[in-house]
Amino acid sequence: MNIHEYQAKELFEKFNVPTPGGKVADTAEEAKAAAEELGGSNIVVKAQVHAGGRGKGTFKNGFKGGVHLVNSAEEAGEIAGKMIGETLVTHQTGEEGRLVRKVLVAQSVDIEKEYYLAILMDRESRSPVIVASTEGGVNIEDVAESTPEKILNEKVHPLLGLQPYQVRKLASKLGFAGDQGKAFGKLLGALYKLFISCDCSMVEINPLVVTTDGQVLALDAKFNFDDNALYRHPDIAAMRDPEEEDPREVEASKYDLNYIGLDGNIACLVNGAGLAMATMDIIKHYGGEPANFLDVGGGATKEQVTNAFKIILGDPKVEGILVNIFGGIMDCNVIAEGIVAACQEVDLKLPLVVRLEGNNVEAGKKTLAESGVALITGDDLADAAEKAVKAIAA
Amino acid sequence: MAILVDENTKVLIQGITGSFGGRHAKLSLDYGTQVVAGVTPGKGGQKFEDQVPIFDTVSEAAAETGATVSAIFVPPPFAADAILEAVDAGLDLVVCITEGIPVMDMMKVRAGMEGSKTRLIGPNCPGLVTPGRGENSQGGCRIGIAPGYIHKRGSIGVVSRSGTLTYEAVWQLSALGLGQSTCVGIGGDPINGTSHLDVLKMFNDDPETEGIIMIGEIGGTAEEEAAEWVKDNCNKPVAGFIAGATAPPGRRMGHAGAIISGGKGTAEAKKQAMRDAGIAVAETPAEMGRTLKEALG
Repeated sequence: MNIHEYQAKELFEKFNVPTPGGKVADTAEEAKAAAEELGGSNIVVKAQVHAGGRGKGTFKNGFKGGVHLVNSAEEAGEIAGKMIGETLVTHQTGEEGRLVRKVLVAQSVDIEKEYYLAILMDRESRSPVIVASTEGGVNIEDVAESTPEKILNEKVHPLLGLQPYQVRKLASKLGFAGDQGKAFGKLLGALYKLFISCDCSMVEINPLVVTTDGQVLALDAKFNFDDNALYRHPDIAAMRDPEEEDPREVEASKYDLNYIGLDGNIACLVNGAGLAMATMDIIKHYGGEPANFLDVGGGATKEQVTNAFKIILGDPKVEGILVNIFGGIMDCNVIAEGIVAACQEVDLKLPLVVRLEGNNVEAGKKTLAESGVALITGDDLADAAEKAVKAIAA
Repeated sequence: MAILVDENTKVLIQGITGSFGGRHAKLSLDYGTQVVAGVTPGKGGQKFEDQVPIFDTVSEAAAETGATVSAIFVPPPFAADAILEAVDAGLDLVVCITEGIPVMDMMKVRAGMEGSKTRLIGPNCPGLVTPGRGENSQGGCRIGIAPGYIHKRGSIGVVSRSGTLTYEAVWQLSALGLGQSTCVGIGGDPINGTSHLDVLKMFNDDPETEGIIMIGEIGGTAEEEAAEWVKDNCNKPVAGFIAGATAPPGRRMGHAGAIISGGKGTAEAKKQAMRDAGIAVAETPAEMGRTLKEALG
């Protein structure tokens, strides 16, 4: 799950990670008031969408830039007015862009030097790892590629937690001395506490800055949370912004379906995540393009299958459907009944290829055959994928 | 022989009175597995299906029944504690079926298990099956949620991160007349107890296993590490498949561990590592069984 920049700032404030002052605003008037509160000069106004490249983006109304530096409260209000309610297009949003509903009004700071600081859950070492670099404000993957010696890695023991010597070691390697070393240590300690307390899978500050007046501040942040742990963080779960997500994915999650929209034209409906990925792969192998990943889970009901069909068909790019079910424990006949009910309810016109295998498969095949629903049967996975690709080419 | 479990293995089930755990405990009993105890705190003294005694604690259940293996079906918020309880009871093997355990919990569990004799499989896994010697290969050891009836006793070892994709492979093998020694689902989470490599080593040492199918998916580097070991150490034919060649980067594909991040964990890199190690790579999931059959010669 991702969150907005203003929400990241709120988390930083809650955990005492030093960050420039700022407020979120829903309207131009609120933005003006927020800027006044911040002193009225050296203010930055930033459009809040879940996408990178905001500064270089363009609004559909022609207004350029989703990040603006202003020097008066009036100007802050004026700029906010040009952003809120408008659609911002950046290199990450695609042509359709994203509607801006809020702006962040924050204190702009004078930067002396930029650093990179992140904490992430490392699956290989099964522990949190702190990643830091003196090369901040740029793409860290590029730094890792060209100058790997400039990337510092510090593993934290899962049970001991972050030790003071580890903080001193990182501070020293990054070149922080004296009061700045202490300030960095305080920030890192607070950030680690936030990382653990909120079940983050990643928190990245890029850049971490030293200002001309000597402060160490987190200037921008990117968070990733462990979805499995959201049940114990209702406050963080509430930060989810469904408006920033694919509406089909939001709809699918209501029915406990695992759906991810893709760009192809052959929709697939599969039970199990591994088999669902493999089904996408085999569609591609036979020259087709999968329209989605969709795992209906191990115990899908008739209702879930019907809803899955509706979600798949909500994608205008879809020209054909491939259903691949390996009913291990699951009853194939239940799936077959779900398919028939869905086809009748949505009055399916697109070619449908079904491959059913496993528990009670004969009854399932009989249900499909006697239903009168026009569908193509696949004998096995390869046959079904090939038929699905051919069906839409015809 | 087979690996990890066989028809003599005594199994206890943590969470046997839940609907999910109960259903699969029943299916394991039907398969002929020795399910000797259940554990549900507060329900000690009762019986499951009028035959399996239920205990309040794992240590009590193990002491009373001689169970050495546990299957865990408890909900995510209580799963880490359930694993640690089974480790504390000194069991040989703990198979955690539960899906959705927070990564931080698993990180602590793994660190806490350091130095113990217990092996953990999973979490978020289908479990394992050693097909039996009876009619239709019944009478074996089924731990978890895999459909028992698709298995056939034989000499192929199967190790996989995914559930239904494993069933698909087993189905193909059985249809080709290739039975299985043991099928192990290691689970789709980023931090788990047993890796592909751990299982490959066991299959390599098992005299009954003559060929191996290794099924992986995008995310992490566990498949690469396993392939690297196979290159110099494995003396049995290995076939492999990696799911997720068409998955977009940065998206979690159902399994918490199935995600390409920072350009790492792609299907192509994993397949290449397998090819470099002399593993026969199935180009599509429909060819997993056939690819191994050809590799067996």
